[in-house]
Amino acid sequence: MAEVEKRQDRSPVPSAFEYAEAPESRDIVRLEERYGLFVAGDWVEPRSGEHAPSIAPRDEEPLAEVAYAGPEDVDLAVGAARDAFANGWSDLAPSERAKYLYRIARILQERSREFAVLESLDGGKPIRESRDVDLPLSAAHFFYYAGWADKLEYAFPNRRPRPVGVAGQIIPWNFPLLMLSWKIAPALAAGNTVVLKPAESTPLTALLFADVLRQAELPPGVVNIVTGDGRAGAELVKHPDVDKIAFTGSTEVGKEIMRAVSGTGKKLTLELGGKAANIIFDDAPLDQAVEGIINGIYFNQGHVCCAGSRLFVQESVYEEVLAKLKRRMGTLRVGDPLDKNTDVGAINSREQLERIKELVASGEEEGAEVYQPPCRLPEKGWWFPPTVFTNVAQSYRIAQEEIFGPVLSVLTFRTPDEAVEKANNTPYGLSAGVWTEKGSRILSMAQRLRAGVIWANTYNRFDPTSPFGGYKESGFGREGGLHGLAPYLELDE
Amino acid sequence: MSRLPVRKTYKLYLGGKFPRSESGRTYEIEGANVALASRKDVRDAVRAARGAFPGWAGATAYNRGQVLYRVAEMMEGRKAEFAELTGDPAEVDAAIDRWVWYAGWADKLAQVLGSSNPVAGPYFNFTVPEPTGIAGIVAPEEPPLAGLVSRLAPALVGGNVAVVLASEHRPLAAVTLAEVLATSDVPGGVVNLLTGRKRELAPVLAGHMDVNALDLAGADGDTAELERLAADNVKRVVRNGEGQSPWHAAAFLELKTVWHPIGV
Repeated sequence: MAEVEKRQDRSPVPSAFEYAEAPESRDIVRLEERYGLFVAGDWVEPRSGEHAPSIAPRDEEPLAEVAYAGPEDVDLAVGAARDAFANGWSDLAPSERAKYLYRIARILQERSREFAVLESLDGGKPIRESRDVDLPLSAAHFFYYAGWADKLEYAFPNRRPRPVGVAGQIIPWNFPLLMLSWKIAPALAAGNTVVLKPAESTPLTALLFADVLRQAELPPGVVNIVTGDGRAGAELVKHPDVDKIAFTGSTEVGKEIMRAVSGTGKKLTLELGGKAANIIFDDAPLDQAVEGIINGIYFNQGHVCCAGSRLFVQESVYEEVLAKLKRRMGTLRVGDPLDKNTDVGAINSREQLERIKELVASGEEEGAEVYQPPCRLPEKGWWFPPTVFTNVAQSYRIAQEEIFGPVLSVLTFRTPDEAVEKANNTPYGLSAGVWTEKGSRILSMAQRLRAGVIWANTYNRFDPTSPFGGYKESGFGREGGLHGLAPYLELDE
Repeated sequence: MSRLPVRKTYKLYLGGKFPRSESGRTYEIEGANVALASRKDVRDAVRAARGAFPGWAGATAYNRGQVLYRVAEMMEGRKAEFAELTGDPAEVDAAIDRWVWYAGWADKLAQVLGSSNPVAGPYFNFTVPEPTGIAGIVAPEEPPLAGLVSRLAPALVGGNVAVVLASEHRPLAAVTLAEVLATSDVPGGVVNLLTGRKRELAPVLAGHMDVNALDLAGADGDTAELERLAADNVKRVVRNGEGQSPWHAAAFLELKTVWHPIGV
């Protein structure tokens, strides 16, 4: 076997293992220097005249100039979506609509490596995750909802399902293509047309998706993609000819959107922030639980709304779990998102890195004890090491606020009642994890935790058939499954 | 000499009791002095509702169904009084039948609204509806009884508790309904009914951080301000239409999805 080349310094050192670099080639991705907006099936220059670069988090390389839509651009896109809705798409035989969605699913599968590489380049997530999670799930979402397009009357018997009209969809930067799929697939299956606003830091896979639409020969205007920042999102939300708004993002912005649509009668679904409890009982299979803790908080650098960011460990196994957790953290490889060995990639943006740093500093100031495994971070790019806080009080900001980074707060409990009370003591309610071998306790905890998704003896699992969404200030409405269709339909009562 | 009738004092219904408004105020309407609830009464009602929520949500669906059916039974016995207050015996019949209809939904909603989900992996995955918590209900002005029942029953059947602002101009039937609820095995605090000025009370309910859903059926005219207030804690704003429907109940429900690995 050939001698493997020594790892270079840009890959940080794990404690024990030696790895050869295994970078995924980026040659498969061909980027334009400059992108316009995708409106009515064509690339158009933004009337706003504004462009800004999309930056690679791993080395701060500007990848491409992306258009920043203004009010006039959003208006044109909504107009195109309205035209497409009125002139063909809503009258198309549902079985034909289904076939377009099947085509999109297939093309995504065929071009999955290209999309995975671009997702990791543009967003900083490990290629292993974009390859094994984001892309397969995106394709699966289109495949799943394709099948619903001509079966809606069975999903909603006696309710005369019909499309809402033009859907304005605003997606976040943590799972750019997957969130696009969660939004577009059910909207089109239900017969709507779409104006999608990708996140300003991760627009590139959405722009590449426009090419998938071209290959699929989707009629012009059925999906329009307007890149830009929050201003473009705000324009879309307040546009009078948008019938339905779907938003995934922060609770703060979700509330602003709710206020903006108040009194308009627009349909609205919100998938907002979280501060999920991951609860470990003393009878849990601890090695599996530790894998679940790691996956819960370090998956996608913790840029996950349902991340298990509050770990509750039963006191009797606290020392053992913490020792195992720290040992496991030492094996996490932080570094180049395009390296197939990488477990934890780059932080998505400089702003997000600053926010993580600020919250971590607050944790130390308030008196929590911080632990980070030894790891060397690359010099260029935006990075934050896997971090765990112990000695955390429930009142600390790191136990209350969504950090959206690889930062875990550990708390303890003695009884199931105490675990439930502490876990529910948050305005959020998106997800929760429970680890125990006792079946009746799993069901009792699942019942008592106020959250929309409960992972029992697992964590961070997603599937197009499985409804996802929050309780309380984590939002309302569900995405995925039969339930994910309802927000995109007018239904008889 | 004819007998002088005994008049009823119309009070609030709060935490299973019938207090006067803490403000001591009343307003004259429908020939009676009716309690004029204050902002603090709204807050007290929300607190009473929160206290009652775990018990009502935790009751079996069969039990909730029987309790709501019992409400219909008790109303049937007071039909004459309700008919006098509403002036419309047909409305009373409709209100009673609506309780019966929703009572029957208690142990069926989960089967209609839930699902088991065939995920692509070795997991058992299911979705169940659960109550959202406290429903703030601004009851329609007309019809004073059937309107209220049409809003309240779908919220209760799924396990929610309620704070209700009664019809402002015709509150007597609502207060009488509260007397029925108090004698119908509905636990105290599950329904809290306030009479008074909607313009004053509705914003307090809409902005309250411990209210989970807001039914604006009786918020006449401009609801935009109430919806804006509802955003403060991301309330579910409910806009159910007329009539009866399990989807009206669904508007007050969350969906919870549970994953568990399948293994040996």
